[in-house]
Amino acid sequence: MVGIVGYGSYLPRYRIKVEEIAHQWGRDSETVKRGLMLKEKTVPGMDEDTITISVEAARNALKRADIDPVEIGALYIGSESHPYAVKPSGTVVAEALGVVPNVHIADYEFACKAGTEAMFVAHGLVKADLVKYALAIGADTSQGAPGDALEFSAAAGGSAFIFGKKGVIAEILDTFSYTTDTPDFWRREGAFYPLHSGRFTGEPAYFKHELGAAKAILNKSGYKPTDFAHAIFHMPNGKFPLAVAKRLGFTKEQIDAGWIVPLMGNTYSGSSPTGFSATLDIAKPGELIILVSFGSGAGSDAFIFKMTDRIDEVRDKATKLKEILENNRIYLDYGQYAKYRGKIIMSG
Amino acid sequence: MPSPRYRREMPQRYRLEAAKCKKCGKLFFPPRLVCAACGSKGFDKTKLSETGTIISYTIIRVAPADFATQVPYAIAIVESDNGARLTTQVVDCKPEDLEIGKKVKFVFRKLYTEGHTGIICYGYKAVLV
Repeated sequence: MVGIVGYGSYLPRYRIKVEEIAHQWGRDSETVKRGLMLKEKTVPGMDEDTITISVEAARNALKRADIDPVEIGALYIGSESHPYAVKPSGTVVAEALGVVPNVHIADYEFACKAGTEAMFVAHGLVKADLVKYALAIGADTSQGAPGDALEFSAAAGGSAFIFGKKGVIAEILDTFSYTTDTPDFWRREGAFYPLHSGRFTGEPAYFKHELGAAKAILNKSGYKPTDFAHAIFHMPNGKFPLAVAKRLGFTKEQIDAGWIVPLMGNTYSGSSPTGFSATLDIAKPGELIILVSFGSGAGSDAFIFKMTDRIDEVRDKATKLKEILENNRIYLDYGQYAKYRGKIIMSG
Repeated sequence: MPSPRYRREMPQRYRLEAAKCKKCGKLFFPPRLVCAACGSKGFDKTKLSETGTIISYTIIRVAPADFATQVPYAIAIVESDNGARLTTQVVDCKPEDLEIGKKVKFVFRKLYTEGHTGIICYGYKAVLV
């Protein structure tokens, strides 16, 4: 049996409300909140980045996995906000966790699905018996240009998953990837903020790939939407995952546990993985879960998991996502937010 | 901090590695070659506990250039639950939130960057529990 043996998440404590951003740019906050189905989003502290978020999420995963970190043979981080252009994030994280030196490390990048890419590869390596355990992390401190629609959603956070064959809490029953060349969202080398194609990011990008991957894995595995207790779809805003769930035949109840975007925002590579983490916090042994990510560019990774009895033994060993999401929140005004996100050009 | 020194201090800054005297059991952070309590030279490698208590603190309002955007910020002496004392920044809080005796948790954060093009230095800080 191959699957997840430990999982953990981390979100910064700082938040900004939709009203605060809307007020800054003269937008009607109720229209934005209704349109995007968002209330607030996480903001990284000035001393937080993809590396620090990854370390905290992975420490929580290690608590649940209850393994010696030196047994981890591969460590992959998916993000579109790696702090260095040249130098891996993974080496810092591995050193901080005590995983080095006998480990294979790589940083992944594929817009919002880099986290599930890391999961996809980690699962494959364990299944092939090339490593005993593999750690996959999806984390981001995502950027939205001032005044752009993305500024309401681009958030920070991440989740980590340790894959193995012993002590599995969620067995992987099937995987599928669906990818095309679709220029819906991008950031060129040296550009500070990403650009996007407005409405083109919807039907030909998000929906085509989410639906393509979900339908393909359902067809391949033989499962129906009604077989699943929980479903998680990428959450660029509140509305898209609800729409894709409805089109596939899933109910709101099936996606409720992982639909955390109204209070978290879009944590990009950490979005669907963190929704999945929140779902693992409440999933029961024997339940089936489907996870379908989306990354602009564009592609979707799909996974089907079956929960084991061990989930009840490990879920309380680290802080649950709901507690991270709702406790210790510190609200920023737009000026503080602009400073924290490095949006103010300093002289000298 | 020059890069070679940063590299040498990673076990402490990244993983909170400490040394425990084999003879008298006193905990040292960072590790020492000779026990300050009993003079023994034998140590076991151990780790600081994840949480501790604020022993004392001060608020920095006029900071060095690299920290100028963070003011006001707190520097505290924290005693880990297993008995080692260290100086650390306490973040994600307002100055008025701090009190001697409050519990903190050690977290992994950016300490500073070596200018716009140098390495990013990481290490421990503390947040209120």
